[in-house]
Amino acid sequence: MVTMTYREAVRDAMAQAMRADPDVFVMGEDIAEMGGSMGVTQGMLEEFGPERVRNTPISEMAIVGAGIGAAMQGMRPIVEIMYEDFTTLAMEQIVNQAAKHRYMSGGQLSVPLTIRTQGGAGWSPGAQHAQQVEAWFCHVPGLKVVYPSTPADARALLWSSIYDDNCVLFFEHRLLYPLKGEVPDELEPLELGSARVHREGEDVTVVAIGRLVHEALKAAEAAEAEGISVEVLDPRTLLPLDEDALVRSVRKTSRCVVAHEAVVRMGFGAEIAAVVQERAFDHLDAPVERVGAKFCPVPFAPVMEQWVVPHMEDVLAAIRRTVGRE
Amino acid sequence: MAKVEQKGHTLSRERLVDFLRELLLIRRFEEKVEERFRAGDLSGFLHVSLGQEAIAVGVCRALDGSDVVASTHRAHAHALALGMHPNELMAELYGKVEGCSRGYGGSMHLYDVARGLIGSNAVVGGGLPSITGSALAFKLRGEPRVAVAFLGDGATNIGTFHESLNLAQLWGVPAVFVCENNGYAESTPAWQQLPITDLAKRAVAFGMHSITVDGQDVEAVYHAAQRAMKHARDGKGPVFLLANTHRLTGHYVGDPQVYRSREELREARETQDPLEKLRARLELPGEEWDELEHEVAVLVQASVDFALNGTDPRPEDALENVYA
Repeated sequence: MVTMTYREAVRDAMAQAMRADPDVFVMGEDIAEMGGSMGVTQGMLEEFGPERVRNTPISEMAIVGAGIGAAMQGMRPIVEIMYEDFTTLAMEQIVNQAAKHRYMSGGQLSVPLTIRTQGGAGWSPGAQHAQQVEAWFCHVPGLKVVYPSTPADARALLWSSIYDDNCVLFFEHRLLYPLKGEVPDELEPLELGSARVHREGEDVTVVAIGRLVHEALKAAEAAEAEGISVEVLDPRTLLPLDEDALVRSVRKTSRCVVAHEAVVRMGFGAEIAAVVQERAFDHLDAPVERVGAKFCPVPFAPVMEQWVVPHMEDVLAAIRRTVGRE
Repeated sequence: MAKVEQKGHTLSRERLVDFLRELLLIRRFEEKVEERFRAGDLSGFLHVSLGQEAIAVGVCRALDGSDVVASTHRAHAHALALGMHPNELMAELYGKVEGCSRGYGGSMHLYDVARGLIGSNAVVGGGLPSITGSALAFKLRGEPRVAVAFLGDGATNIGTFHESLNLAQLWGVPAVFVCENNGYAESTPAWQQLPITDLAKRAVAFGMHSITVDGQDVEAVYHAAQRAMKHARDGKGPVFLLANTHRLTGHYVGDPQVYRSREELREARETQDPLEKLRARLELPGEEWDELEHEVAVLVQASVDFALNGTDPRPEDALENVYA
């Protein structure tokens, strides 16, 4: 095992793929000399040169669309969209083009494109740099959606995303970049659609993604002190979703909390709750609890921002509700 | 207005008759599509290329076998000109498994990857970025291939046009953007949607080489397209090929065309028909013309018979091909 940050893990997956395969290249805004606005691609220009680490104009439609075109020709481009809020600018290309070419062509074409993006609140960037939009893409047949929470998962899942023959939206959380963790010496790909149980427990399952995995782990510690045994499960890929692991866990614990940083309403948690009630209804001892941001844009003022997005305390409160300890 | 290229007509009579046969095939195919739609055979939304056939033929004949093309909602002509068999195209319009997109696409989503057609697009301008990206792949791999996008004048107003041409020129990729300028964005005339009359000026903004050509003259289009492809293939960067043309029918099959006068349409049909222009130039004897007509009629009718005898997909096949 070696220790690396989440940021280094993302970079390492790209660099290893690029060393092994001339068809892999990266492009995006400010990713070359500057190394990306989050420093993820730092040093890659020096190693791979400007043809394979391509700075682009501020043109999200064309960046994503050019990635689609190169992918159609059999390359495996990695496109960086600086903030996930800006995926909205490329929505047509992602939803109408990348997701549908395989289908509309009756299987003749595939689009092995990876779109990396990042975001999240917690540093007061304001409403256009902090929204979590991963759930939007889960509503689009033809896309895959990945959201790792640890360095090891980030590295393995990014590699698997690059080598997936579909368009993958790969979400990173800004606050996780400095997070350190152990990763295997050798990069081992991970199947997209396999959940990870971070902590086993008996009383409540917390299904969490992204930053909220870590909030959930802290909440689980606190709950333990109160005599509540919490299992924390990270789906890691939202689409495809490892329903079996989720259902298995909830059948064991009989209670479920879903936690993400995106707004609760119409969110990923709603889908989790639906799956649980469809497949584990008879096992449930409490309604499924949803934890997420309040229904407003992410505000600027730090006191408002912190109040809007969920934290460990919100997860803990939800855990308590499921066991009847308000 | 930019100078319209008037290169000498140099092709052999034999070659031109070959072009004429192709123009005629597209014309009669599209007329058959209109007929079968009106008869209630065909579903969906159909856009035919009557009047714009010479651009499809002139451009596609200038391609190499390994080049790729992204088309528009008005795609039948491009598909046929790329060599798609009429049977495959008609079967797709009938929603059959034997169709070029196996029934998953329809008129606006034609694919024939083996022949270079990487999709016609129902989103105006939707295919342009992928042409810049395909051309980028060719450049990165050092392959002597060109990526070609067809687009209409209306598409020059959409963001993907500007972002894609900007990026293509910036990176000097081997792409050719063929603008079929028929003067209407669906029903909206140029004067209501374009602040300039000479669309070649769009290319100037990107520093892109442009060529303007009479889109009703198939040989002129062919020569212009050849120069454009050579420019791109030689590594000199992308080209904006502006082909001024006339849509001798509505935007879609069934369009009552309330937005233009009958006189305008009649005049265009009488003076701007690319098929009639080439036929007159060749002074084709009636007998030879009748032979062509017969040959094409047989092909077109066979495509309908083929489609009618085609296989319906199973409803549950809808769940296939979502993921690779």
